[in-house]
Amino acid sequence: MPITHPNLQLIPLAGAIPAWTGSIHAQDLTAICQNVRDGGGRLVALWGSDQRSMQQGFALHTLLMNENGLICLNLPLDENHPTHPDIRHIFPAANRMQRAVYDLLGIYAHEGGDHRKWMRHGAWHGGSFPLRKDFDAAQSRCDELDAYSFVKVEGIGVHEIPVGPVHAGIIEPGHFRFSILGEKVLRLEERLGYTHKGTEKRFESMTLQQGAKLAGRVSGDTTVAYAWAYAMAAEGIPGITPPDRALWLRALFLERERVACHLGDLGYLGNDVALSFGFAQFWILKEQVLRNNSALFGHRYLMDRIIPGGVAADLSAEGKRVIEQELAMLEREVRILRGIYEEHAGVQDRFIGAGRVEPQLAAQLGLCGLAGRASSQAWDTRVQFPCVPYDKLDVQMATYRNGDVAARVIVRFDELFESLRLQREILVNLMHGDELALPLEKLPGNGFGIGMVEGWRGEVMVAIHTDAQGNLARVHPHDPSWQNWPVLEHAVLDNIVPDFPLINKSFNLSYSGHDL
Amino acid sequence: MYQIIKQILKTGIKTETPPQPDEAMRVNAQRLQQQILDMFGRALTIRHVDAGSCNGCELEIHAVNNAYYNIEGLGIKFVASPRHADMLLVTGPVSRHMETALKRTYDATPEPKLVVAVGDCARDGGIFGESYASCGGVANVVPVDVAVPGCPPTPNAILQGILTAISAQK
Repeated sequence: MPITHPNLQLIPLAGAIPAWTGSIHAQDLTAICQNVRDGGGRLVALWGSDQRSMQQGFALHTLLMNENGLICLNLPLDENHPTHPDIRHIFPAANRMQRAVYDLLGIYAHEGGDHRKWMRHGAWHGGSFPLRKDFDAAQSRCDELDAYSFVKVEGIGVHEIPVGPVHAGIIEPGHFRFSILGEKVLRLEERLGYTHKGTEKRFESMTLQQGAKLAGRVSGDTTVAYAWAYAMAAEGIPGITPPDRALWLRALFLERERVACHLGDLGYLGNDVALSFGFAQFWILKEQVLRNNSALFGHRYLMDRIIPGGVAADLSAEGKRVIEQELAMLEREVRILRGIYEEHAGVQDRFIGAGRVEPQLAAQLGLCGLAGRASSQAWDTRVQFPCVPYDKLDVQMATYRNGDVAARVIVRFDELFESLRLQREILVNLMHGDELALPLEKLPGNGFGIGMVEGWRGEVMVAIHTDAQGNLARVHPHDPSWQNWPVLEHAVLDNIVPDFPLINKSFNLSYSGHDL
Repeated sequence: MYQIIKQILKTGIKTETPPQPDEAMRVNAQRLQQQILDMFGRALTIRHVDAGSCNGCELEIHAVNNAYYNIEGLGIKFVASPRHADMLLVTGPVSRHMETALKRTYDATPEPKLVVAVGDCARDGGIFGESYASCGGVANVVPVDVAVPGCPPTPNAILQGILTAISAQK
């Protein structure tokens, strides 16, 4: 058992990742969370569900993680008064998640100070909740402008800079409210939710296969990780394991996604400090990876190549050779470029010390994924809970402790090289002749499955609940950006405004994956 | 510096020939007058607006700026404000939360202006469709000249969409 508590009965969940689930009473939620936190564990995700059709009111699902695996606590809630204890004093990242759960389902934390809306702007009325099964879209429609009470910073010389939702670059929409004194940032407050497009509700009208496509579009830059996490959650419910070759190909796709994204980010980080040479060079390399993806697997970003039950693309012997050549080329070129970045005084001057998150703060706020590892938070799903084939690959986790832009650049370089090595290992071990997918048409009824995959940004989680007929009753995708967005507000403190784009890019968090 | 110059010389020129316009992408038959074309000449400024996309189309819009497609080499430039733009490049199903921002961006863009909807979602809502949170395609919110299909469309298709928008119908 991953944790023990007198009132907690945990049942293991079938699936590729070690996970347990159990029902709890409201009065035990904070004690169990505190217990996990004290043991060095973390909050992964928090979501609600409407189970009134099964005469079970509502439920709050709290997904925790410690060194043993995932623990999903299910808290049944009264249909008329769906309230739960506040856990944001234990896990600060729970703040926005709890507010989003209220906006979407009307389930609310009965203590705590911050009751501002989070996911809802002005598109639907306050008293109506889109993820309730009886939500009436036409009746609830509203055309208000968003009014959000940002925290005001006052004093002589303090002023505000509002930025967004339409940003000056080619990036996703969100709003940043800077309070500044001179050039220094005194406070940054984020307002997200602009790309909320009803993704979770959309899942509920879809078949398992359509849902796989949608999962691959939760955040387009992380399509492989989401598609795998969704497939993993689905496969756990009937307890099937895809063919070996399919699992190895999934890992190949995931590492190729990581390489492509890290190449792109490294290029942009150079660009943001006026080294446009870096952008030109890294994006040539990224383009070559994308073109190989397209030629070998039929899609530049490998969308829809992972399906529940297996994969939908294979690799030929000729394809193997193409990838081997590509890996050798990347290894050679990225080493040269890394040398140039490291020896460039102007680049290092901007990278070092910018946007620092000390390890202690990172641990307190739950910073995760790539940014977490650059602040000594040694979590990597591929290392802690290695599913096939990672259990045979011995992934070397990249960590660094400075927590600044330079550290996040170093972690990207290290992970990129490790991904090249992993791809080579995968190519060597990829067995021929296996089938690519098991048939998985429909899921069993009243099932629950969890999938978690280490995407390039951090751990990506998908939870699937099925109804009595085996349809998708509730699908919750969770992006690591939920944990990391609030930390960005701390990272920019005392930095100058012109460094914000650089610091922001060094995190490169998802809007769509967060806003859903 | 020596390393940088060496690397640039070794890399050489990667830029490829741009695609031809494709009339099949045109949504609005002819909002375009010859004088407008003359006005834009061979320099065009674009403001990109993500109106709710999954970030997939953004990846390809970034790629259009890489050395292979080299959009700036064609005299086309991405700018930071709609007030500096001749064209809006809009992605995503338009989320209800971005509806006002998109309309205001459109209004802030000076006439004559063009709108290119990039990707299946921008074309008709795509996989997200219309819902309590999504207005569906861009044309449901602002007038669209050219819609580029694909999930996401390839950089060549995006380039083709942009070139189609600024070329008169033969």
